[in-house]
Amino acid sequence: MEMEAAKQIGAGIAAIALGGAGVGIGIIFGNYLAGAMRNPSAAAGQFTNLLIGFALTEFTGLLGFVVAMIILFG
Amino acid sequence: MIANLKAMAAHVAAGAGEASDHAEEAAGLPQLDVSTYTSQLFWLAITFGLLYLLLAKVFLPRLSALLEERRDRVADDLDAAAGLRSEAEDAEHALTAAMADARARAHAIVAKQREKLTAEIDAETAEAEAALDARMAEADEKIEQRKSEALARVREAASDTAGAVVQKLIGVSPSEADVARAIDSASGKA
Amino acid sequence: MAGDVMSLTRLLELPGDLGALRGLDLAKLLDVARSVETDPMHQFVIQRWAPIHVGGLDLSFTNASFFMLLAAGVILLFLTLALSKRALVPGRMQSVAELTYGFVSGMVRDNLGEEGMKFFPFVFTLFIFIFVANLLGLIPGFYTTTSQLVVTLAMSMVVITIVLVVGFAKHGLKFLKLFAPSGLPILMYPLLVPIEIISFLSRPFSLAIRLFANMLAGHILLKLFGGFVISLAGLGVAGIAAAILPLVTNTAVTALEFLVAFLQAYVFAILTCIYLNDALHPGH
Repeated sequence: MEMEAAKQIGAGIAAIALGGAGVGIGIIFGNYLAGAMRNPSAAAGQFTNLLIGFALTEFTGLLGFVVAMIILFG
Repeated sequence: MIANLKAMAAHVAAGAGEASDHAEEAAGLPQLDVSTYTSQLFWLAITFGLLYLLLAKVFLPRLSALLEERRDRVADDLDAAAGLRSEAEDAEHALTAAMADARARAHAIVAKQREKLTAEIDAETAEAEAALDARMAEADEKIEQRKSEALARVREAASDTAGAVVQKLIGVSPSEADVARAIDSASGKA
Repeated sequence: MAGDVMSLTRLLELPGDLGALRGLDLAKLLDVARSVETDPMHQFVIQRWAPIHVGGLDLSFTNASFFMLLAAGVILLFLTLALSKRALVPGRMQSVAELTYGFVSGMVRDNLGEEGMKFFPFVFTLFIFIFVANLLGLIPGFYTTTSQLVVTLAMSMVVITIVLVVGFAKHGLKFLKLFAPSGLPILMYPLLVPIEIISFLSRPFSLAIRLFANMLAGHILLKLFGGFVISLAGLGVAGIAAAILPLVTNTAVTALEFLVAFLQAYVFAILTCIYLNDALHPGH
């Protein structure tokens, strides 16, 4: 049962990565909005870059999530 | 009620136990179960390959042909519209030209008419002036004639008067030549 | 318990046939609740529907295989129906097919230029297959093919293989310039080249794990909240009232998952384009 507890704690720690990803995605969308407010005409052209940035940032969080899942169920 | 809840808790706990048994049977993350990989890869290869072939060889060319056709059609329509437009513009140009031509012709006609009228008026004026001049000259001539006639008569009357006056004064009737000589000298002639 | 029900009914102003509510068989409800599979991982289990073994290889027809074929079938059926009329003025389905075509071809043309259009069928197949597989997975009871790491990894490996093959075929050894960006002080290269190589090698894994983890996380979330609804409903009337909260959450998460289904297909396709661009134009 101690092993089980350690697994649960480890999974919880691994899930902290998602917090970082959340902050990062927030920064990306926030800065995109700030830029779009300053120069709305350029906003549409950067939407693809926004999504790519979102995907790349999200990946770091997802790694933490996958690690948590592997700890819990793997 | 508490007893009820306790019973429920026991029930749920039993259920959880069953569930965990089940999980053990599934053994971990199903994605990491290596024994399923070959089958998945095999079917993915078949599905994806088939889909790729069908899309690349059949559906996408059809779609692209469809879009191409529409683009061509639209381009043709635009060309036709442009052609019609240029035609309309040509017609407009022709119209403007015709209008200008007509206006110029009208101007020419008006000018010609004006010239003609002016010439007529000039001619008539000249004619009238000539007639007037002729009549004036005639009148002058007549006046001159009358004047000389009158003058001649004055001389006659003068000589008559002078003869009569001389006779009355001296009782001698002067010869006509004398009288004429006297008149001439009196009138500054000679 | 009866008092509970009464106050709750008054609180929520439920149309009250209290007799009927009191008559609810708790045990039966619990049975229903337990009979529903609430293990969030159960939905990802591969079930062999028709075992096929060829030369020691397990090529069984599984639920995953079926839903892969279903995704391909849905795509082909949709395109067949959409293109059946080939009208000059498109109908609804034809319009959707044309918009998808325009969307992906625009993506490929923007990132790869006109010479990259030979990759268009591949990118289109990737995009539409992932998108439809994601969407099919959102239907309750359907298997999500793209939640399998092998599947997404296989697709991303195909992408990276194409990048390598095309890159070396087109540029030869000059393709290695990809790992050594020009215009840097010499001292930087020992540091930078390994980073670039690692970054390149991690691409297929990041591509695969992103799609797989998104699908995994989304479906676990759906299943968890769905499980809450069932478990709470099994606790009786108060539980049924409380179950509204996870139900609403689950509805919102489902809407989010539709967005994710599209976004992940889009991201996979556009990152494929960006990586292919490296093959066509290496050296930053």
